[in-house]
Amino acid sequence: MADLETHDFDVIVVGAGGAGLRAAIEAQAQGARTAVICKSLLGKAHTVMAEGGIAASMGNVWSEDNWQVHFRDTMRGGKMLNNWRMAQLHAQEAPDRVLELEEWGALFDRTKEGLISQRDFGGHRYARLAHVGDRTGLEMIRTLQQRAVSQGMAVFMECKVHKLILDEGRVAGALAYWRETGRFVLFRAKAVILATGGIGKAWQVTSNSWEYTGDGHSLALSTGADLIDMEFVQFHPTGMVWPPSVRGILVTESVRGDGGVLRNTDGKRFMFDYIPEVFAAETADSEAEADRWYEDHINNRRPPELLPRDEVARAINSEVKAGRGTEHGGVYLDIASRRSADFIRRRLPSMYHQFKELADVDITATPFEIGPTCHYVMGGVKVDADTAQSTIPGLYAAGEVAGGMHGSNRLGGNSLGDLLVFGRRAGLAAAEYAQGLGAAPQVADSEVDRLTAEALDPFNRTTGENPYSLQYELQDTMHKLVGIIRVRSELEEAIEKVGQLKERAKNVAVEGHRQFNPGWHLALDLESLLTVSEAVARCALLREESRGGHTRDDFPSTSGYWSKINNTIHRDSTGETTITQEPLPEMPDELKALFEEPAK
Amino acid sequence: MTDVSTDSPRSASKGPDMVNMQVWRGDASGGDFKLYEVEYREGEVVLDVIHRIQATQANDLGVRWNCKAGKCGSCSAEINGLPRLMCMTRMSTFEPGQDITVAPMKTFPVMKDLVTDVSFNYEMAKRIPAFQPKPKDADGKRRMAQRDVERSQEFRKCIECFMCQNVCHVIRDHDENKVHFAGPRFLMRIAELEMHPHDTGDRIPLAREELGLPYCNITKCCTEVCPEHIHITDNALIPMKERVVDRYFDPITRLGRAIRRKR
Ligand SMILES: Cc1cc2nc3c(=O)[nH]c(=O)nc-3n(C[C@H](O)[C@H](O)[C@H](O)COP(=O)(O)OP(=O)(O)OC[C@H]3O[C@@H](n4cnc5c(N)ncnc54)[C@H](O)[C@@H]3O)c2cc1C
Ligand code: SF4
Ligand code: SF4
Ligand code: FES
Repeated sequence: MADLETHDFDVIVVGAGGAGLRAAIEAQAQGARTAVICKSLLGKAHTVMAEGGIAASMGNVWSEDNWQVHFRDTMRGGKMLNNWRMAQLHAQEAPDRVLELEEWGALFDRTKEGLISQRDFGGHRYARLAHVGDRTGLEMIRTLQQRAVSQGMAVFMECKVHKLILDEGRVAGALAYWRETGRFVLFRAKAVILATGGIGKAWQVTSNSWEYTGDGHSLALSTGADLIDMEFVQFHPTGMVWPPSVRGILVTESVRGDGGVLRNTDGKRFMFDYIPEVFAAETADSEAEADRWYEDHINNRRPPELLPRDEVARAINSEVKAGRGTEHGGVYLDIASRRSADFIRRRLPSMYHQFKELADVDITATPFEIGPTCHYVMGGVKVDADTAQSTIPGLYAAGEVAGGMHGSNRLGGNSLGDLLVFGRRAGLAAAEYAQGLGAAPQVADSEVDRLTAEALDPFNRTTGENPYSLQYELQDTMHKLVGIIRVRSELEEAIEKVGQLKERAKNVAVEGHRQFNPGWHLALDLESLLTVSEAVARCALLREESRGGHTRDDFPSTSGYWSKINNTIHRDSTGETTITQEPLPEMPDELKALFEEPAK
Repeated sequence: MTDVSTDSPRSASKGPDMVNMQVWRGDASGGDFKLYEVEYREGEVVLDVIHRIQATQANDLGVRWNCKAGKCGSCSAEINGLPRLMCMTRMSTFEPGQDITVAPMKTFPVMKDLVTDVSFNYEMAKRIPAFQPKPKDADGKRRMAQRDVERSQEFRKCIECFMCQNVCHVIRDHDENKVHFAGPRFLMRIAELEMHPHDTGDRIPLAREELGLPYCNITKCCTEVCPEHIHITDNALIPMKERVVDRYFDPITRLGRAIRRKR
């Protein structure tokens, strides 16, 4: 501990994606001494990959749009399991957050009138996504990064937060290590904002990068903060399927928003066969009507290809199971026969590029194969809607790591808005909390010594488990047993396997030295991966119904009981993890009334 | 779902092939290429093969990556001597049987194996004053025509892979120039702000006097390596040089303008 690099801040933000950067910008603007810590280089977080856009009811394309409609779409997309207050704040504040990005230099695509253009996306009643071609995430992260840099933000890049440290039940700081040198660094801080993103690296076919090991979820749980809804994992309907090395890479929903349709190997637009009752009133039942909708949203209903993601992913899964899939286990996405090559290249430049370079496929000339890929986790840290505070004082969470906002299924475009709205709110609240706290909490030396010794353990073993093999086995287990369609026996098997992997992970060994050693980094990430995998499988076993991103073959319909329940995960000081069923916060009557109007 | 690795008639996929990869291993104190004989499968990119080496033969092989789809700019390296994104370079583009070399970018100090210290770029970014917007319209909105935002949008496609910085001869073999030459990526950032329809700042003196725009002699090496196919030289650097000329009457850069007119 003697020569440990140590820093003091009011607020540290773990994560430099959209949520983390927006939070840090706000905390610093409030006068809090703020730092951002991230595992990759600045500007490389997952947010950079987002393609389609930011959902915000600015009404630039459809003046009929407003926050109430956006709120309703969000709740219905989430099958009413959303935290209503988060969905409301999000719908109300997203437009301001988008306009703020423009003030910081973002250059969105424009309408004919010169306003920010908005595009159609699944589950959204009106064209609502502010976008820049199909690289909206890049625009967002670069804008926030440039804003943070211009504020003189302290950024610790390629630095991984390994553990959080508490003092008398409050946040006191975080222990991290530099990826480059493997040296430890201690951050003493009054408040910590988790903005670490998701957990998708626990699955084999995923659109998520190596960073998505669920660190924030696991850090929160280990400090005693609660998680909710971990069974809800979104499988995006359209990932690449061929060649194998690109399997899982995302194909943006904008392809469908801009006119692309799904076909099986018989050439049939099969989505018409999968329109669920709840969406029947607003979904076109003929190809002609669906096709007219792109030009006239008022007199036509939306194409079934633009149903919420859970519906589309399940439909594709069923088609493939019924033998109407391609030889690589996908179905066809066809925009070539529906839009001009010019239009496709202009609206979807990076999709064009991605298929051309990675799969030798020209999407302007031919339909291409797609299939579901693990994409997003709706579950996460349980937070207070207004402040983003977790159940532990001084610990906040925003962005994908937070739970509640999206209920059981997230609508496309609602994540980027979520990052901005709740990133800002977390930054505000954390700064206020830190400034209101008298003396800084204390970090005990003995605790730091214990944690560092533990982290170096894998180097002390000459023989042991290979971290890459363990990760592979975990991904295989989650893919096969905790995928889109789940069933009791498989979930039980998954829980048992994850338990065995947890035991084996205690014996993981790494070679080489501490300097930029991905093997060691993965060995340490395994703890989070296993923690979140177990949470997902256990919650999935408990929830005996099908809803949004959780489909049970043995319980195919929704249940009245579960429609009002959040699975809430808690770990006590002995390390025992329990899951309890807590009532969903009750929506006030004036908001309930929004659902009684006839759906258009 | 069916297993995608099974053989399919159309793609006639076969079992794995073997390839010799020469991967640079070492750190700031030195290093050398190390030979790995490794499998590769149909459709794979160089990054897949590097990952296979990491998973099976060298757990501690240092490499950066995130998106695996050419979107984040993390995985830049020199492949057979050419700067490329490892995730976008398909194995099928190489002659079978040929050794493939993978080395870290040369212009930046090595940290470990394929990972370099790119902090130079982050330092340069700090030196460029941010967007300075003119007031909004009375209704609180901004109106800009699509064709007017497109010029800067082209430059904002930049994924900060820093390969243009890596090949630019002004700094590639001249470390001493790094203090007064921002490199194509950041001169382009200035151009982006200068061409933003609503920016009111003036960064021309900065570009000329402190960030080294005059050092650029429009060789276009940066443009050639840009994975986003941004016309860095033609659309950002030459117009910036023209703006400098217009302001300072610099005779040498007039040449640049003459060349451009001919196109
Ligand atoms: C391909 C793709 C396309 C998408 N398209 C859209 C879209 O069009 N619209 C939309 O709304 N959503 C989209 N999404 C979802 C959305 O992009 C993500 O949910 C969102 O960007 C997550 O942002 P975040 O700020 O929560 O986390 P991220 O941007 O993932 O950032 C996480 C940060 O936390 C850091 N971190 C993690 N663990 C640690 C640790 N232990 N120590 C230190 N740092 C740590 C990481 O380094 C990183 O900086 C897409 C997702 C993908 C994968
Ligand atoms: S055109 Fe200019 S900036 Fe680009 S590589 Fe040549 S000298 Fe460098
Ligand atoms: S301009 Fe092109 S080559 Fe240069 S950093 Fe950006 S993307 Fe890379
Ligand atoms: S991994 Fe993102 S560009 Fe290669």
